Amino acid sequence: MPVSGTFFYLAPWVIFLPALGLVVNLLIGKRLGNHGAGIVASLATGSAFCVALLLAFSLVRQPDGEIFKIAEWLSIGTLKVDWALKVDTLSATMMLVVAGVGTLIHIYAIGYMQKDVHHNGDPERFTRFFVYFNLFIVAMMTLVTANNYLMLFVGWEGVGLCSYLLIGFWFEKGAQGTGNAKAAKKAFIVNRVGDFGLLMAMFLIFWNFGTFEFRGVFDAAKAMPTAGNGVILLITLFMLLGVTGKSAQLPLFVWLPDAMAGPTPVSALIHAATMVTAGVYLMARSLPLFVLAPAAQSVVMWVGALTALFAATIAVGQYDIKKVLAYSTISQLGFMVAAVGMGAVTAGMFHLITHAFFKALLFLSAGSVILGMESGEEGHHKGEPGEAVDPQDMRNMGGLQRRMPVTFWVYLTGALALSGIAPLSGFFSKDEILTSVGQQSLPVFIILLAAAFLTAFYMGRQLLMVFGGRARTHVAEQAKENSPIITVPLVILAVLSILGGLINFPGLNWLETWLEHTLELGKPEAFSILTAGISLVIALTGLFAAWLLYGRRSLGSPERPDPLTPMGWLYKALEHKWWVDEVYQFVLVQPYRYIAREVMATWSDQEIIDGVANDLGNITSALSQGWSALQNGLVRSYALMMLLGVVAILAYLLFR
Amino acid sequence: MPLAFYVILSVIMFVIGILGVMLRRNPLVVFMSLEMMFNAANLLFVTFASYYHQLQGQIIVFFIMTVAAAEVAVGLAIMVAIFRTRHSIDLDQVSNLKG
Repeated sequence: MPVSGTFFYLAPWVIFLPALGLVVNLLIGKRLGNHGAGIVASLATGSAFCVALLLAFSLVRQPDGEIFKIAEWLSIGTLKVDWALKVDTLSATMMLVVAGVGTLIHIYAIGYMQKDVHHNGDPERFTRFFVYFNLFIVAMMTLVTANNYLMLFVGWEGVGLCSYLLIGFWFEKGAQGTGNAKAAKKAFIVNRVGDFGLLMAMFLIFWNFGTFEFRGVFDAAKAMPTAGNGVILLITLFMLLGVTGKSAQLPLFVWLPDAMAGPTPVSALIHAATMVTAGVYLMARSLPLFVLAPAAQSVVMWVGALTALFAATIAVGQYDIKKVLAYSTISQLGFMVAAVGMGAVTAGMFHLITHAFFKALLFLSAGSVILGMESGEEGHHKGEPGEAVDPQDMRNMGGLQRRMPVTFWVYLTGALALSGIAPLSGFFSKDEILTSVGQQSLPVFIILLAAAFLTAFYMGRQLLMVFGGRARTHVAEQAKENSPIITVPLVILAVLSILGGLINFPGLNWLETWLEHTLELGKPEAFSILTAGISLVIALTGLFAAWLLYGRRSLGSPERPDPLTPMGWLYKALEHKWWVDEVYQFVLVQPYRYIAREVMATWSDQEIIDGVANDLGNITSALSQGWSALQNGLVRSYALMMLLGVVAILAYLLFR
Repeated sequence: MPLAFYVILSVIMFVIGILGVMLRRNPLVVFMSLEMMFNAANLLFVTFASYYHQLQGQIIVFFIMTVAAAEVAVGLAIMVAIFRTRHSIDLDQVSNLKG
C-alpha cells in the first residue's frame, strides 16, 4: 500500500542519472574541457546521492520499502525476470554509501586526475576516466538495487568490467610497459573464477527454486524440507566462492594488491570503498539462505577470519604506500565477511560503512601524498637530473608532516579510525564484530584480535614512515601540499570517519533498527566494556609497538633495512607476501600455460582442428587438380569428349 | 539401289567428318569436316524421306543447311577475330581455357 509523501518512483534515477552523466561525457566530454567533464560526472553522482537520500527518507515513512518494476526482461516458459529495483533499508544503505563516498571521490578525482594525466603525459584521457567512473556507479547501483540474482549478476559483472578498465587505465605503463595491463588482466581472470562460483549458485537456485527473485528464492528455501539443505549448503558455498573473488578473500585475494596499478581514486572508490564490498552485500542480501546452512556460515566465518589475519601480516612487510592499504582492505573485508558469516549482518554492514569512509579517506590521502611527492620530484628535477625516486615507496618519504599538514591530519584520522581507537568510527564497528565473534567462537575471536593488533601496527608503521622523522630523500624534502579540490573531500571524509560510529552507536543502534526492516536479525549484541577495553588496549599496543620500532629513532636513509629485518625469514616471508603469487604461478599459472601451449595449442588446435580443416582443403584441392587436367584447352579433345559422351549415351539407349 | 548403300555412305561420311574434326589443326578443314557430318545427316534425312514418301525429312534438310550456313558464318568470324589477335589460327594454340 503506497504511503503518501514517498519518493519510490524516483528509484530508477539512481541508475539513470550516472548513466546520463556517462552519455553526456561520452558525446561532448572532450568539448567541455577537463573541469567540465569532471563536474558533469560529479554532478551525476551527486544527484544520484540526492535521490538515494530521498529514497531513504521515504523508507523512514514506509520501512518495508518497495519494488519498482521498470520493465519485463526475460520471459521463458515459467521463468519471468524483471528489471525491477528493490528499494529497502539494506539497498538504500548501500546506495547512500556508494553515491555519497562516490561523489566525494569524483570531486577529488577532478583535482587528482588533472595532475595524473599531466604527469603520465596524456591529457586526452581525462574524459575517459570520468566515463568509466560513471559507468562504475551505474553498475554498482544496478548491483545493489537488483531485485533478483540475475540483475545483481549484471551489476556484478559491470563493476568487474569497470575495475578491469580502470586498473588498466594507464595500460601502456607499468613494469616493462605491460605491468598495468597484466594487473588488469589478473584482476579480471581471478574474478572470473569467483564468478564461476556465483553462476553455479545461480544455476542451482534456478534449478531448485525456479525463480531468481530474492523474496521468491528465500520463501522457497524456507519451505524446503530439511533434507534439501544439502542443496542450500551447496548454493551458499558456491556463493562464497563468488564472494572470495569479488571481495578478495582467501584464496582469491591475489588480484587486489595488483589492482593498485590503477589511479588512486580508483583504488579508493572501487578497490576499497564500494566494489569489493559487493561480496559482503551479496551475503547480507542472501542471509536467509545462509541462515539455513550453518555449516556454510562457519566456513564463511573462518574464511573471513583467516583472510583478516593473513592479509594483515602481509601488510606489515610492504613498502608501497598503496600496497599496505590494499592488504589492509583485504584484511578489513575479512572482518566483514567473518561478521556476516556468523549472522552478525549489522556489524558487518556497519563495518562496511565506516570502512568505506576511512579507507576511502586513507587511499585519497595516500593519493595526495603521491601527488605531493611527484610535485616534489618535479621541483627537484628542475635543478639537476637525479635518480628517479619512486613516489609511492614509503622508504623515500618521511617528514611529510610539516610539508603536507592537511594531508597529515586527515591521514592520522583515517589511520586511527582503521586501527580502532575510540571514539573514531572504526572502533565501534570493529568492536561490534569482535563482540559478536566473542560469543560464538573463541579461536576466531583470538584470530581477529591478532589481526586488529597487526592493523594498528602496520598503520602506525605507515604513519611514521610517511610523515614522521626527517625527510629521507630530496623529493620528500620538496613535497608540496595539494589544492583545496583535493583536500576538501579529504576533510569531509575525515569528519565522516570520526562521526561514522554514530550510525550504530551502542545503545542507539540506529543501523540495527534500520536494517531490521529488511533482514531477520537476532537480538543486537550488548555493548561489552570488556571486549571494547581489550580491543582498545590491543590497538594502542599495536601503535606503541610501531612507535618503538619506527618512531623512537629516526629511520635515516632509504637504503637502511627495515627495523623488522632481525626477524629473519619471517620478515622475508611478509615482505614477499608469503610467496602466494609465486606459489600460484607455479601451481596454477605455469601448468595452465603448459597445457595451453603444449596440449591445446600444439596438439588440439594445430593438429586436430587445423588438421581437419587443412585436410579437407587438401583433399578438395588434390581432387580438383586431377579433374582440371581434363580442361586442357584443346578444342579437339573437347570434341572427343563430346563424341565419347554421345557414344556412351547411344550405347546405353541401344543395349539397355 | 538398296537402302543400305545410302546408310553406309552416310556413316562413312560421318566418320570421315569426325576424324577430320578430331585430327586436323586447321580450323578451315575442321569446318569442312563439320559440313561433311551435317551432310551425312542430311543424306539420311533425304534417303528416308523418299523411302517413306514423307516430306518432313526433305524440309528438315533445308533447316539444317540454313543453320549450318549460319554456324559457319559465326565460326569464321570468330576465326578472323582470333587471327587478328594471335596472328595464327592453329587450333592447338588456342588453349587459353586450360584448367
